[in-house]
Amino acid sequence: MHQLERKGSFFLKNVRMLDPAQKVDRTGDILVLEGKVRDFGVVAEVPSSISVYEGGGALLVPGFVDVHAHFREPGFEYKETIESGSKAAVSGGFTSVCVMANTNPVNDHPGVTREMIRKAEDIGLCRIFPIGAVSIGLKGENLSEMVSLAEAGCIAFSDDGLPVRTAKLMRRALEYSIMTGLPIIDHCEDRDLSDGGVMNEGWVSTTLGLKGIPNASEDVVIARDIEVLRLTGGKLHIAHLSTEGGVRLVRQAKKDGLPVTAETCPHYFSLTDESVRHHHTNAKMNPPLRQEADRKAVIEGLADGTIDMIATDHAPHASHEKEREFDQAPFGIIGLETAFSLGYGLVESGELTLEKLILLMANHPAHHFRLPVGEVRIDGLADFTLLDLSKRQTVEKDFFRSKSRNSPFLGSVIGGEVKKTFMNGRLVFDRAKDKEVGR
Amino acid sequence: MNLSLPVHTLEKKHLLSISDLSVPEIEGIFKTADSFLDLSSRSVRKVPSLRGKIIVNLFYEPSTRTRTSFEIAGKRLSADVINITTTQSSVVKGESLLDTVRTIEALGADGIVIRHSASGVPQWIAKQVGCHVINAGDGLREHPTQALLDLFTIQKRKKKLSGLTVAIVGDVLHSRVARSNIIAMQMMGMNVRVVGPPTLIPKEARKWGLEVFHTLREGLDQADVIMLLRLQLERQASGYIPSIEEYSRLFGLSPEKLSWAAPDAIVLHPGPVNRGIEIQGEEMFADRSAVLDQVHHGVAIRMAILYLLMAGGRPEEDNRAPA
Repeated sequence: MHQLERKGSFFLKNVRMLDPAQKVDRTGDILVLEGKVRDFGVVAEVPSSISVYEGGGALLVPGFVDVHAHFREPGFEYKETIESGSKAAVSGGFTSVCVMANTNPVNDHPGVTREMIRKAEDIGLCRIFPIGAVSIGLKGENLSEMVSLAEAGCIAFSDDGLPVRTAKLMRRALEYSIMTGLPIIDHCEDRDLSDGGVMNEGWVSTTLGLKGIPNASEDVVIARDIEVLRLTGGKLHIAHLSTEGGVRLVRQAKKDGLPVTAETCPHYFSLTDESVRHHHTNAKMNPPLRQEADRKAVIEGLADGTIDMIATDHAPHASHEKEREFDQAPFGIIGLETAFSLGYGLVESGELTLEKLILLMANHPAHHFRLPVGEVRIDGLADFTLLDLSKRQTVEKDFFRSKSRNSPFLGSVIGGEVKKTFMNGRLVFDRAKDKEVGR
Repeated sequence: MNLSLPVHTLEKKHLLSISDLSVPEIEGIFKTADSFLDLSSRSVRKVPSLRGKIIVNLFYEPSTRTRTSFEIAGKRLSADVINITTTQSSVVKGESLLDTVRTIEALGADGIVIRHSASGVPQWIAKQVGCHVINAGDGLREHPTQALLDLFTIQKRKKKLSGLTVAIVGDVLHSRVARSNIIAMQMMGMNVRVVGPPTLIPKEARKWGLEVFHTLREGLDQADVIMLLRLQLERQASGYIPSIEEYSRLFGLSPEKLSWAAPDAIVLHPGPVNRGIEIQGEEMFADRSAVLDQVHHGVAIRMAILYLLMAGGRPEEDNRAPA
């Protein structure tokens, strides 16, 4: 890859290096040469020509990996571009982002995949790993050329935005994908059952007079996918798990030994459908914000390993699209910039350990999607995030680097701050200078 | 023009939801509406309270009675009333709702009466504009002036509200009239039941603290007030009910079924009535039907709302000739 050619070198002093997967937790210095870790702990010899940074005792963790984001390019550049999305990513501590296929044209063709990767390399801020479409045009009919897409650089397949339309298509997708070794990611939703719903079905939707999407909409398709997986083999990844029932289904599938993984998003463990009352369309996403029992179950799922990773489902929309009737506004919120702090909220409340949070945001997504990142080890790729856990800040509009501002966390006070982000041995974001440092 | 208007004020800018109101405020609205009812029997049926004010009726859904009712109410208060409906405005050119309401405000509107098919629209635009916003029905959410006129009608007929048992019959799931009435009736101390097939009753309805019945016989037992809801005929096409005929047989009101309720039970319907579906043989119990009273009271209630929100309860000042 082109981006790997632009490798950086630096010497970072006095940091706490934490990589729970490698069982690394030590304070010291780290030396990076040509994009790779050369030495850490007590570093004997530092070349004189390279940049030196003072860490001030801050926490150095593997750069975060988001397996679920929408960068909207090509086709919807007014919402987000690969460049603006990359800026949002690195300011949130993400150095690898898997981008969904619901662009225009759809990423169902190797040419689209290659162009996405080339753009990201030119920008040089974070690694982009495209996710190819399961079906041509996301139409739910014919399979895309998965092997060609994998050869072009796709790391998974999904019709996200839409569910894999039928059980039959899911069967074919899981079977065919075995040749690639890559997972099928499903947005689990029975759209017939959702029936035009715009928020979670429950007491809040009843009082607001908004059409509801029941938990069962999500649960029945998770159950469908798990049973199809039992038939076919392959790898199944459940996107944005939001329900108590879904957590239960995935937990049982794992007990049965099925190759299933799952992600959830920060909003599902931070908010409930009550937020719709206050945040209007910035609290509208799909799956919708659920109820307290679901929120608790999602946190339990994160803690006990049922849910393997935290993804953002970063879904930018322009203000003119969101500032309208609730029924007609599009689903989706941005999430890259706030994800770590919201996860850190669970650490502060004692519901997750810091080590677990780093596993969920860096090690696990890299491992399960077989990405060559997400570790702090000698000869490992130097993608790191430097965190200041003592900082607290109010989320204002200028906090965001994304082109869009559709966040229900606007106005919230969140803890933990990304100080610096390194990708491939280069400083790509520096909060002190308030900027991304691209090509 | 020496109509004596009570000096009630409504210390709020908008009427968006029935739950914005307190019990004393609702009682104040009823007192004010009473004095406007007197007005309708006079030869000159206008008061100058809102002279010089502009009220825009912005209706994004077809409506005859609510829009006309608001229009008459505004005109009797001497406001300049402008009607905008979706078919004749720049809405058809694709102008966004937000741009439309900001334009209407910039043109000098003092109040916007809005009806929209999307729930939450009045609440949302009230945050975007500086003028008064009055909810004339939003999606499935609320229709506060309808609930007020319904309660006002019940009070006139029954001379009280507290302690009465009311059965709301029909498509509660899709009814903003039901939502506003449930809240208002409970505030006023009434016992509320909803009656209908499970497909048309919200799953969480019991959280309102009401009783749910799926048969009309049980639901009407001892009821003092029967409120029939309009059945949108497309509910059959979208699979909520198997047929209009079965619905009508199970939940339509007839003289015979009316006998299941309290002997002096009255019947309300927000209109327009699907004759033969929600009601059969109404001519047989015309004395028990309050449907036309509801329409008549609607104007007085809407006058009271416009007056209390927009004239600030100071008729003397507003009646003064301009300097």
